[in-house]
Amino acid sequence: MTIKDIFNTMDYGPAPESKAEALAWLAARDNLVGHFINGKWTQARDDFATSNPATGVKLAGVTKGTPADIAAAVTAARKAQPAWAKSGHKRARVLYAIARLMQKHARLLAVMETLDNGKPIRESRDIDVPLAIRHFYHHAGYAQLMKDELPDREALGVCGQIIPWNFPLLMLAWKIAPALAMGNTVVLKPAEYTPLTAMVFADICTQAGVPAGVVNIVMGDGDTGAALVSADVDKIAFTGSTEVGRKIRQATAGSGKALSLELGGKSPYIVFDDADMDSAVEGLVDAIWFNQGQVCCAGSRLLVQEGIADRFYAKLKSRMDGLRIGDPLDKCIDIGAIVDPVQLDQITAMVSANTEGETYQTKAPEGCFYPPTLITGLSPASHLMQEEIFGPVLVATTFRTPAEAVEIANNTRYGLAASIWSENINLALDIAPKLAAGIVWINGTNMMDAAAGFGGVRESGFGREGGWEGLAGYTKPKGTTKPLKRIAAFTTMDGTPADPLDRTAKLYIGGKQARPDGGYSKPVFNPRGKLLGHVSEANRKDLRNAVEAMNAAKGWSKTTGHLRAQILYYFAENLSARGDELARRIKDLTGKSGTDEVELTIRTLFTYAAWADKYDGKIHGVPIRGVALAMHEAVGNMAVFCEDAAPLLGLITPMAAAISMGNRVTLVASEPFPLLAAEIYQLLETSDMPGGVVNILTGDHTDLASHAAKHHDIDAVWSFSGADISATIEKASASNIKRTWVNNGRAITPTARDYLAAATEVKNIWIPYGE
Amino acid sequence: MTTTPTLPRNDGMPLDLDWVMAVQANTSAIERRAATLPGRRSVKKDYQAAWLCKAISLMDLTTLSGDDSAGRVRRLCAKARQPVRADILTALGMEGLTTGAVCVYHDMVATAVEALDGSGIPVAAVSTGFPAGLSPFHLRIAEIGESVAAGAQEIDIVISRRHVLTGNWQALYDEMREMRAACGDAHVKAILATGELGTLRNVARASLVCMMAGADFIKTSTGKEPVNATLPVTLTMIRAIRDYHDRTGVMVGYKPAGGISKAKDALVYLSMIKDELGDRWLQPDLFRFGASSLLGDIERQLEHHVTGAYSAQWRHAIG
Repeated sequence: MTIKDIFNTMDYGPAPESKAEALAWLAARDNLVGHFINGKWTQARDDFATSNPATGVKLAGVTKGTPADIAAAVTAARKAQPAWAKSGHKRARVLYAIARLMQKHARLLAVMETLDNGKPIRESRDIDVPLAIRHFYHHAGYAQLMKDELPDREALGVCGQIIPWNFPLLMLAWKIAPALAMGNTVVLKPAEYTPLTAMVFADICTQAGVPAGVVNIVMGDGDTGAALVSADVDKIAFTGSTEVGRKIRQATAGSGKALSLELGGKSPYIVFDDADMDSAVEGLVDAIWFNQGQVCCAGSRLLVQEGIADRFYAKLKSRMDGLRIGDPLDKCIDIGAIVDPVQLDQITAMVSANTEGETYQTKAPEGCFYPPTLITGLSPASHLMQEEIFGPVLVATTFRTPAEAVEIANNTRYGLAASIWSENINLALDIAPKLAAGIVWINGTNMMDAAAGFGGVRESGFGREGGWEGLAGYTKPKGTTKPLKRIAAFTTMDGTPADPLDRTAKLYIGGKQARPDGGYSKPVFNPRGKLLGHVSEANRKDLRNAVEAMNAAKGWSKTTGHLRAQILYYFAENLSARGDELARRIKDLTGKSGTDEVELTIRTLFTYAAWADKYDGKIHGVPIRGVALAMHEAVGNMAVFCEDAAPLLGLITPMAAAISMGNRVTLVASEPFPLLAAEIYQLLETSDMPGGVVNILTGDHTDLASHAAKHHDIDAVWSFSGADISATIEKASASNIKRTWVNNGRAITPTARDYLAAATEVKNIWIPYGE
Repeated sequence: MTTTPTLPRNDGMPLDLDWVMAVQANTSAIERRAATLPGRRSVKKDYQAAWLCKAISLMDLTTLSGDDSAGRVRRLCAKARQPVRADILTALGMEGLTTGAVCVYHDMVATAVEALDGSGIPVAAVSTGFPAGLSPFHLRIAEIGESVAAGAQEIDIVISRRHVLTGNWQALYDEMREMRAACGDAHVKAILATGELGTLRNVARASLVCMMAGADFIKTSTGKEPVNATLPVTLTMIRAIRDYHDRTGVMVGYKPAGGISKAKDALVYLSMIKDELGDRWLQPDLFRFGASSLLGDIERQLEHHVTGAYSAQWRHAIG
């Protein structure tokens, strides 16, 4: 082509970024990737290949980590941890040095990422690498501030971290930066497809003076990951598929290992009829055609208001025609290669299997590429509207009203992110809190920053990465805990009543006393063996009824904190009026004075009444003209297995914490002293507590635990029970990736803030502004 | 040069206020698109040289100064005929390249027409009380007639910003319609003075109203406002052009003016036009740069392309 020819066609032409430096870097290491353990590289082997997906050419041979490699890495991390945790300032300096060095090697990191992953160089250069660097800068600050700002928290210890292939370096940064900042040491396993930038990063750690053993990187596949999950670590942080996340939840159940999961998504992208349509179309380019759609928070479900749908689709198709797909190293390419032929086959199979709606597809080159695809005319029932495709495929449907938009948006097992497009601030800010998502972008999409938490609800996982809220996942309360002593109920063969008046304690469901479904009751004896009365034995159906009652009480989550405070105060007042009687009842049941417990219970109610309208969110300092509101939201329906020893305080503390934040709760009363719960029913009835907000069951903790943890409509289960149910709960919770907070058989003494954090989700709402 | 088929002019349409009021422009989102575009598009080597030649062919080489004189305008016209040193054009195989037009005040039109005689380069006149547009309306209309009579083939009018700022779309429409009529066969470019319109939403709505009233081109600025052509404003205006085309089938041209002085910036503008509007808009009948100092930077880049050595300003003839 002559210049005159080009003058006439005005084509873009090739604009390749050089890969020479990156290939030379690999060649200098014999094109082999080993493990980085205790500050040294292990002898590398060519166990499996990592290839450039755009060309299929092998880049390097990779060593597959064995359980022995994992054990060596964990040992090194364990040894290095106490010294690393000592000085926040020293950690800040090291994290700062890492950030600076990453900046110096930014182009090498970007080119290596694109070679290994197939994403366009524009993205690795302008998004992945700068964000990863920003993460280390930002977290250097948290290391510096930890001593003053988190005086009651300390490092977890050794963190095992397993990251995906879609953002290899960025996910590494999201995992390593907060862990290191809080004084943990890490063993990180990069994804099988994309180990190379982790290798460059390990080199940077050496240059930055990271002490040996603080950062360990073990290469490998799913087996290596499984070995890490079962290793002697204090936490597993995982980003990846919901299926693997579920397995990790099951595998770590009852181990006492902390867990955070960033899983899949099917995030809605809602366009109202007053939106700037061209900008909303452009937003979709960043939502679903960013990183070939291989993004957990991709806006993959387009919901358009019916009246503008045709025009919107037409604009979108025309925009799709302009997307340039091809060599990821070309600086003028929008869409690169799919990470691996295996993934390409999956995307192809899912789209081919679809027979509904209309499919619009542009062209893709030969090889591991998939064309941008739009499928319109689907309904919420369509398979592709429900399942994550993890490719450049956008599925679309329409809605009529804001309420219907919310309904369709929330009609999913996932809950990672959502976008709202509207020029009406009333509408946008009304919809954002109603969406089941951890992140909401208003008139934007895929905005991420180290200062704002990232993470989801429902089967998109739990825990947040980034921001102050992300630090909770890498710290624990200071101090040690003791094993929890099991308290057995008093038993006797005697059975004569302590009080001739029959006491029949039913269950409390939906604001009413209800007989147990099974029709069984259990006798309760006092310390001297006298019969105190009978309590109902709740079974799975009673639990189901309680969940229905909680669902009917969803309005509670929309009440103001002020109202919730008033009800808690009123409840405290009523409880106080019957304080002497309750203290005597505690004495009857436990044989110990109940005076202090009653007093503590009243104080606790005052505490959570106080918090009800004061547990404020944050406004994060994200680098945009706009704000990221980190709002605290209720978790939803909760089930709590209450502490054994304190029948009143153990019942009221989690209740007060949960409902003060707008949750609905079902409490399973103290197993050995359940009869006290019956005293509470009347108090609830006389305290203006709406029916269904608090439900109380009595019965066998072990029996009810798995039913509660399996229930798909319970969002969180807590256990302070003396029964050995922690593992059961954690394991069964994998069914819907519900939040769990269990004592693992330890006597834990959480603070009010611990309760409040567990009773809330942080939703980050990004609101760019400017006219 | 290949010639492209002549397009039908934009005859406009009745003012459709429903459409105008439905137009939205989300500033943050538009800024994000504008900010990321330079990173998304890259033109290198021969392609870059060809694109820079294209930028020259799309340039309204402009002088709009109080001290303009016949001599100064003749010098500019000579530069329009020979925008790049002949040896460089020969090396590029781009002999015969000229700028798109020369743009002057009314009093300089006759001089420019004479100086450009036989070159095929049209003369554009800024008009209607440029730059403020606040002279008596009948004089503004008369000024158009005078410039057309003097041989201007293109008239760059300025709109009454107050009509936009007060939401008086009917007044804006009527004014534009009358100016268009006064232009006769001369093509009319509507200068919105976007730096004075307050919001991008206003820019989008004013763009649309001017097109409905028959503007052949919409143009950002006079070059005299504190803020002139920017990428967000460009995106807003060309999206309005695209919308107008989608609904009416009529293609309206776009002219960013003021503030584009670097070859690199010109490439970004061209890629934005290419991506948002399509290749057809990369022809002088649908796109112009209003610029005075841009040419100098492009010349240096082109010499570098030919010789491999970075150039100096004094090696290129001034205009």
